[in-house]
Amino acid sequence: MALSQKQISGIKAIVFLLALLPFFRLVAFAFLDQLGANPVEFITRNTGDWTLYFLCIALAVTPVRRLLNVPWLLKLRRMLGLYGFFYASLHFLTFLWFDHFFDVQEMWKDVLKRPFITVGFIAFAGLLPLALTSTNGMIKRLGGKRWQLLHKLVYVIVPLGVLHYYWMKSGKHDLTQPLMFAALVATLLLARVWWHWSATARSQANA
Amino acid sequence: MLIKSRPDGIDLPLSSEITPRAIFESRRDFIRQLAVGSIAGTSLYEMANREAFAQTPGAQKMAATVNPAYALIEKKTAYKDATTYNNFYEFGTDKSEPAQTASSLKTRPWTVTIEGEVKKPITLDIDSLIKVAPLEERIYRHRCVEGWSMVIPWIGYSLSNLIKKVEPTANARYIEFITLDDKKQMPGLRSPVLEWPYVEGLRLDEANHPLALLTFGMYGEVLPNQNGAPVRIALPWKYGFKSAKSIVKIRFVKDQPRTAWNSTAPHEYGFYSNVNPEVDHPRWSQATERRIGEDGLFARKRKTLMFNGYNEVASLYSGMDLKKFF
Repeated sequence: MALSQKQISGIKAIVFLLALLPFFRLVAFAFLDQLGANPVEFITRNTGDWTLYFLCIALAVTPVRRLLNVPWLLKLRRMLGLYGFFYASLHFLTFLWFDHFFDVQEMWKDVLKRPFITVGFIAFAGLLPLALTSTNGMIKRLGGKRWQLLHKLVYVIVPLGVLHYYWMKSGKHDLTQPLMFAALVATLLLARVWWHWSATARSQANA
Repeated sequence: MLIKSRPDGIDLPLSSEITPRAIFESRRDFIRQLAVGSIAGTSLYEMANREAFAQTPGAQKMAATVNPAYALIEKKTAYKDATTYNNFYEFGTDKSEPAQTASSLKTRPWTVTIEGEVKKPITLDIDSLIKVAPLEERIYRHRCVEGWSMVIPWIGYSLSNLIKKVEPTANARYIEFITLDDKKQMPGLRSPVLEWPYVEGLRLDEANHPLALLTFGMYGEVLPNQNGAPVRIALPWKYGFKSAKSIVKIRFVKDQPRTAWNSTAPHEYGFYSNVNPEVDHPRWSQATERRIGEDGLFARKRKTLMFNGYNEVASLYSGMDLKKFF
């Protein structure tokens, strides 16, 4: 289905506001004293969850667009990915501020000593160049091919994020949720591999 | 002023029976006055002041004598936090779940079987178990292995009272606590996160330490289900998971028992699991902790103390490398 530019702008505005809801919910909870017995834990987990949700939604754009034939979905992908980065930044800030109180030295010790934090930190650091090159200007400056190649990093970053979650949860020995994320991300990535293979096979058959 | 209580020591006497009518009608003020210098004072004072009390009509009061040796001056954790933020996997792995699901636990009738290397094995119903020794209120720090802590007024008696009663044999070197394992009452058991039943254990000399409290109540009331009703252990110098909840069996054994967390992840959770700021969990530091309800978002975490500040247990471990036997 084809949408007008106006309709797409409307959809973008709605998605933009919806994606802010988890953030405003946290702020409201903080003011209403609804963050539970351990507010830092609540904020850390909540922002971590939303990071993974948004990264998965962004990764789902291409498969859903192809399967359901809704090309305009692509127009939302950048915003969804940036929201993933937004919640990842809040997650990292919670760690740096509320957990370590800006004691950067202590934070580095934690990052280097604990594999699940190391992996989470690498994933966050990996999102940075993608966020910085998300503007139209940067796409032009890099050139489409190089920009696309750089942004394929997300195929590594999201599995690292899931691994970070898996290792964190393994302390509680409760792996249901991380395994659900792993299955979802694996499906989203394997769909791409499948399309890539079948496209190659078709072009070879045509040749 | 004399406070009468029933011989079983469980129910507080009706205020109307012991108090002139005029005072009874302003009994909250009366209880506050009574708090000064009275043995049961602290518990009563708590009840008079705790807002949540009026909202939990089902909670049964439990009388106990304040043990002045453990009347910590630290601020007690709010009742609401202590009863809604619980690790009790039998009722779900999320800390908010036990408060929602533990109502399915039936704590009467309830028996506890004491067996193994003892001369006098016995099965006691919970009401007889409560009467083995006089109930005391003790305020203990509670440090979770996850890096948070609370301050809780428990009610119980030293486990050593019970150990003495059953007369351990010379072979008894360890003690095992076994939690109820009933899928009908405990929805969390359907999930294979741990081996069920939940088993915890201590060396016999640890179990005999006066700090080890066989616990039946908290905040002047019987234990809420989500906190391990009707009987649990409280071991303030060890991480919280060592304190088994909803106990149905206590076994005296020769060899170190296979305990739940230790057998699930031995490199993360040691058999001893004494609170130790110098031995980190592989995934987080144990040097600091966040006191629930007190250390807010913008407060630095507080330093964790060796043995959670209970240095009187240090002699139990003299000569042991506590980094190796963590």
